[in-house]
Amino acid sequence: MSEVAANGMSAQDAHSLPDGRWSRVEFGFWLVPVAAFFLLPGHLVLGSQILIVALFALSLDLILGYAGIVSLGHAAFFGIGAYTAGLLSTHGWGEPLSGLLMAGAVAALVGWLSSFLIVRGSDLTRLMVTLGIGLLLYEAANKAAFITGGVDGLSGVSMWKLLGLFAFDLNGRVAYLYSLAVLFLLFVLLRRLVHSPFGLSLRGIREGALRMPAIGAPVRRHQVRIYTIAAAVAGIAGALLAQTTQFVGLDVLGFNRSAELLIMLVLGGAGMLYGAIVGAAAFMIAQDWLSGLNPVYWQFWIGLLLVLVVLFARGGIVGGLRALRERLQGKSR
Amino acid sequence: MVKSETSPARLMCFLPSFASLRLCGESHALLTNFAGILFDGVAYGSLLFLIGIGLSVTMGLMNFVNLAHGAFAMLGGYACVVVMSRLGVPFLASLPVAFVVTALAGVILERTLYQRLYKSSHLDQVLFSIGLTFMAIAAATYYFGPGQQPVALPEFLRGQVHLSGLDLGAYRLFLIALVVVITLALGWLVARTRFGAQVRAAVDNQQAAAGMGINVRRIFSLTFALGSGLAGLGGALGIDVLGLDPTFPIKYMVYFLLVVSVGGAGSIKGTLAAALILGVFDVAGKYYVPEVGAFVIYALMVVLLILFPAGLLGRRA
Repeated sequence: MSEVAANGMSAQDAHSLPDGRWSRVEFGFWLVPVAAFFLLPGHLVLGSQILIVALFALSLDLILGYAGIVSLGHAAFFGIGAYTAGLLSTHGWGEPLSGLLMAGAVAALVGWLSSFLIVRGSDLTRLMVTLGIGLLLYEAANKAAFITGGVDGLSGVSMWKLLGLFAFDLNGRVAYLYSLAVLFLLFVLLRRLVHSPFGLSLRGIREGALRMPAIGAPVRRHQVRIYTIAAAVAGIAGALLAQTTQFVGLDVLGFNRSAELLIMLVLGGAGMLYGAIVGAAAFMIAQDWLSGLNPVYWQFWIGLLLVLVVLFARGGIVGGLRALRERLQGKSR
Repeated sequence: MVKSETSPARLMCFLPSFASLRLCGESHALLTNFAGILFDGVAYGSLLFLIGIGLSVTMGLMNFVNLAHGAFAMLGGYACVVVMSRLGVPFLASLPVAFVVTALAGVILERTLYQRLYKSSHLDQVLFSIGLTFMAIAAATYYFGPGQQPVALPEFLRGQVHLSGLDLGAYRLFLIALVVVITLALGWLVARTRFGAQVRAAVDNQQAAAGMGINVRRIFSLTFALGSGLAGLGGALGIDVLGLDPTFPIKYMVYFLLVVSVGGAGSIKGTLAAALILGVFDVAGKYYVPEVGAFVIYALMVVLLILFPAGLLGRRA
């Protein structure tokens, strides 16, 4: 429904079914990363990081924003994807696209298996179980140093040419375009997904999981399905990071990554896809800019920001912009 | 997370207290080993109980998921260190200070911030308390630096005590005794006093309690203060066992949460049982299978949560 508001329709139409039409604002939005490629050639490494994290945040938005499943361990799937892609490459298979697909498949498998533990239970149980699974995987990667490199990380990841044509360069031009293409493609698919009847019933489950069975929606099965999809997307994001940085550190599985991801999503606004991207970009740019001063201050300000967003600015940046826009339109009418 | 690098190491340095015992016969050594692990596990568990009980009450009574609870424990630890090193207060006298400072901080935060979020979703509460935790970590790093804080224990709490063929750490014995006393006092407070009756009524049914004329908001503030005070006390007592550095709240967050969610929010007995089980399993796991490390705890946590979604002795689902 929120998409309708973005299309600039009046408030009465907000209760009609969502349609999948793209608005001009959205086209404009996707021109920004393209423009950044030409205008900011010196910042492409940061740029591809942002695009990757945005994809990761999108995957959390699917389960948290749309299905209402709280997770404190989403980095588990990011890490699985990163290690899958990294290990494939160190064992002699450096083809990027198939590595991406393999990483997504492995993450989806783990997500599917763990989803059965997660769909049962209350919010608190879910928090704890996702946290526990995340920590388990972190410990596993830490202890299995003979495979993963442990705390030293997995180095020696070398990628073949993308599509057999473009080698990954030091300036990050290929990495940036590669990340952007993957992000955009998956975004289009996911946008289609959340506007489908399936996406709509996910929102129904979020708002009232007890009532949805009454209209014939299989709650558990839907939750399992979206959790698996989200895990796959997170895995692909992790694989992108591994392939573009050619390194996998233990921190891809860390709790901080899961927590920061939640922060980005809430900052941008959950349950509207664009919020995830805007939040990730705002967070990463601010981090890049502020942590140059002192990383400790950065953590303090991000904590404060989080408290303020929760207390006063529900809906985050995108939600706030939307509310502002609706208010302006209401006045002009 | 840095947990796996520091906490086992800190725990391990206490294990030789019994591991290096005189070995008269294989089976005897095994037995003393086991008794020693049990003892260390119980000491560790009672510390977890002391810190976790406040969180259990917050979750049971106010239905608030407070991930920042470890930050209160950290505050208590730093309060203890500061009054000891800057004001020269002895260790035992610094413990009440830790309690009071944290309880005050708790009541102020409850009144100004936490209170607004009682009716919010769990997600909001989680995010809010993660935010608070980040701020606490940054503030602690700013004021005290990133390193571990030392604590000077008084003479009579150092070294070993010989008890029926076992060498037991004096400090651990003191810790267990203190927690036993506090647990008994808490039990008395909840079971026998008017305040305790009001708390129980509010946990069981807030609306009915309010309807009977109980000032539920006041009960909330007081229990929050008590819970954070106990966490602060636990943090101060735990400097020697758990360590104290700015990452403390995140490092032990999962342990506190685990104690509460396994024990069942709002139940003293359940929290105690869960804390002791957790303590013993953690120490035993790190002693017998160090290569597996914290794995034992996380696996235990997932399994217990799946089997007992409402906690071992939980009152609420």
